[in-house]
Amino acid sequence: MSAPLIGARIQRKEDYRFLTGAGQYTDDVSVPGQAYACFVRSPHAHANIRSISAEKAKRSPGVIAVYTGADLAAAKVGGLPCGWLITDVNGQPMKEPPHPCLAQGKARYVGDHVAVVVAATLEQAKDAAEKVEVDYEVLPAVVDPAKARAKGAPALHDIALDNTCYVWALGDKAKVDEAFAKAAHVTRLDFVNNRLIPNAIEPRAAIGAYSRADESYTLYVANQNPHVERLLMTAFVLGLPEHKVRVVAPDVGGGFGSKIYLYAEDVVVTWAARQLNRPVKWTSDRSEAFVSDAHGRDHVTTAELALDKDGKFLAMRVQTTANLGAYLSTFASCIPTILYATLLAGQYTTPLIYCEVTAVFTNTTPVDAYRGAGRPEATYVVERLVETAARELKIDPAEIRRRNFIRNFPYQTPVALQYDTGNYEATLDAALKLGDVSGFQARKEQSLKNGKLRGIGYAAYIEACGIAPSAVAGSLGARAGLFEAGEIRVHPTGSVTVFTGSHSHGQGHETTFAQVVADRLGIPIENVDIVHGDTSKVLFGMGTYGSRSIAVGGTAIVKAMDKIIAKGKKIAAHLLEASESDIEYDRGEFKVAGTDRKKMFGEIAFAAYVPHNYPHDKLEPGLNENAFYDPSNFTFPAGTYVCEVEVDRDTGQVTIERFAAVDDFGKIINPMIVEGQVHGGLTQGIGQALTEACRYDASGQLVTGSFMDYCLPRAGDVPSFKVDTRETPCTHNPLGVKGCGEAGAIGAPAAVMNAITDALGVKDLPMPATAQTVWRSLQQKAA
Amino acid sequence: MSVKISMKVNGKPVSAEVEARTLLVTFIRENLRLTGTHVGCDTAQCGACTVHMNGKAIKSCSIVAMQAEGADILTIEGVAKPDGTLHPMQQAFKENHGLQCGFCTPGMVMNALDFAASHANPTDKEVRESLEGNLCRCTGYHNIVKSIMAGAKAMGGKI
Repeated sequence: MSAPLIGARIQRKEDYRFLTGAGQYTDDVSVPGQAYACFVRSPHAHANIRSISAEKAKRSPGVIAVYTGADLAAAKVGGLPCGWLITDVNGQPMKEPPHPCLAQGKARYVGDHVAVVVAATLEQAKDAAEKVEVDYEVLPAVVDPAKARAKGAPALHDIALDNTCYVWALGDKAKVDEAFAKAAHVTRLDFVNNRLIPNAIEPRAAIGAYSRADESYTLYVANQNPHVERLLMTAFVLGLPEHKVRVVAPDVGGGFGSKIYLYAEDVVVTWAARQLNRPVKWTSDRSEAFVSDAHGRDHVTTAELALDKDGKFLAMRVQTTANLGAYLSTFASCIPTILYATLLAGQYTTPLIYCEVTAVFTNTTPVDAYRGAGRPEATYVVERLVETAARELKIDPAEIRRRNFIRNFPYQTPVALQYDTGNYEATLDAALKLGDVSGFQARKEQSLKNGKLRGIGYAAYIEACGIAPSAVAGSLGARAGLFEAGEIRVHPTGSVTVFTGSHSHGQGHETTFAQVVADRLGIPIENVDIVHGDTSKVLFGMGTYGSRSIAVGGTAIVKAMDKIIAKGKKIAAHLLEASESDIEYDRGEFKVAGTDRKKMFGEIAFAAYVPHNYPHDKLEPGLNENAFYDPSNFTFPAGTYVCEVEVDRDTGQVTIERFAAVDDFGKIINPMIVEGQVHGGLTQGIGQALTEACRYDASGQLVTGSFMDYCLPRAGDVPSFKVDTRETPCTHNPLGVKGCGEAGAIGAPAAVMNAITDALGVKDLPMPATAQTVWRSLQQKAA
Repeated sequence: MSVKISMKVNGKPVSAEVEARTLLVTFIRENLRLTGTHVGCDTAQCGACTVHMNGKAIKSCSIVAMQAEGADILTIEGVAKPDGTLHPMQQAFKENHGLQCGFCTPGMVMNALDFAASHANPTDKEVRESLEGNLCRCTGYHNIVKSIMAGAKAMGGKI
């Protein structure tokens, strides 16, 4: 029997193709005869479209077609749907304004798609797009969520004249207010959770193709969930038969949420391919990506924590205005509600929590899930409050957390979630050690001697992953199931192809999932291939987001393997002339209990496909099983991060000197890959805290629309990380796994900002804490 | 206006007639179909398009193809040995998990090769400075830095 593969640092199977330039991303795909699309986008944040003249563009060299909203309306192409219905405080459904694929009479953000030009070459399409004449009547715009509901604010949509999508609440307000009235101490913070632009390094791309031979469509698209993309596009927008559409999401260069959604461009190239009987390709350039990929975060929040005199949390009260942008993106509505307010208990026993969320439309790019999606915002609320309360009550920040940790599981929070397991003290203790917190004072003194300030900050985060039990999600408004599917196809020679509905765009599923399968089937990992990202190969899938792949997709694969093994036992019993109940299975060996008689996995596979000696009266030949898995609960990864910063008093420059992260992801399949996920998440979280500022001017122009203006963290902006894990296995999936993709981005912002405010001795500071922001704060303090 | 260009790419002579405004990266990707060189931005900031021109790392989105007339170009497809064995720098990225989605990776490797040719034993700080022109959104750079340090050591100052 081979060495165990679960828990091993196996080098990635996918790396060779990426390292040799053999990866196949959407823009690398070339369909014979393809034409090129270029979208004409609104230069105004809010404008009526009086008329569009495409005549000059149509006469431009190489142009095949120009389409506008009128063409799509005439063809009865629908708008983009929203996948989650939120019901407001009055029991009314949220406002769902139409989200047309090409603007219908009005543009609502800079970058809104107004027309599309299709030409023989990309250059010709771009040249012609400049010749499309759009007569705009520019309207006043609103970009600040805090001002969207103000009297006289320009209204974006006729069905929501107050720019309000919904006002939603969770918790018992009266009881919470009562607890606050009696509290010995109240800590209050007002802050903005800054708007971010995801910026996967591969820009989005889509190629639509149509085959007259069988009236079928193929869409290649940089997307995280091809089956969901197909379902939404066929059933809700184009009205096409689902089985006639194949969606392929080949190698995808990062997603971080921004490639979950059905975008207008995907619909338009698919539709245009049929009109023109010619494949149509669109590749976003980075400038387009900045204005057209869904953004993340953008909350304006007032948060309060009520405590008794010993620092015990009594209640929490949170009011948030969430910016949804100009239209509802695919999952926009559930991010600042279901994925936010439900996480406000954090790791603590706070008995009463009330959260009210007002979601507004503004003349900005639509906002949706970005790595963490609601959970970073919740963690920021909880962990900034807790740290601030500790300082105000002069209690050590680790100690105040210990006094409030949840210790008994399962634990029902006051905000609808039931944590199955956890050990928060273990990750806190380990993080204090890993971050050498006991040596901080000495380092601080050394910094002071060097004329620098030094601060330390903690964040003890929790997240709900493994999204999601379908029935629970459905009761909360989800318009889709959230299970996952997997298929194990055993070949006659014993090698295995695994089909998964999860999608890998950097996470390394081709390795991690293969480890799970090879380990259980007792075969070399080289004999296992993972196939994903193609609706014509994979039976079904809900895709990858919310750190769900291993917990939900991995479990579907395990369930399919269970069926393979169950059938294998029957075949083995026949071959070994034993009773099925006497067959024991262990990693590739089917053994008659208590004897040395056995059949190996490969022999069983061969027997299934060359069934000469086979129990035909009881079994079908072949060895191919699939499974759908719907989780019974979320998973709850948690951990503690300790950040130590040094601040240059003269310049305001912040340097992260140390960052220690201890996470509890349950069972870990491949520690190397998990560490990589943590490093990446931490850097995105540090980006939010230190460098990434998305700025619109008052007229709605995005002034941070390139990598020259929007500061993605570079190698010099982040330290080498110290990471470690503790393990309390998830209790409700067979692998005991919880998921690890988002943790870093969830915990890091609060840890960094707690450290900076500690260094500066101020209560709060806006993110990102750029040198200018910090310098200003220092000047204010000095004055 | 179209122009005739010829150069050597990965050791092979190539020539074509292209529009004068064709970028080197477009020529490499679209004309030669060497799609390992990627385009991640339009402001020469991300470094995904990095190739070697006459032995030096350049961003192939920043010059037009005709500026490479007669040049010797090396792309990611030409880095491994003809038998498929990975170059020590590629191997170091694999062993140290220096890549996730793989999109920035060819640019990272091409930049690292140039850097390591003159830095056989670089420090963490030197490596991070060398990555000033390359963006990665997945790895947090931690393992890229580790990979380049290991790769540089294995190369011993020679590409």
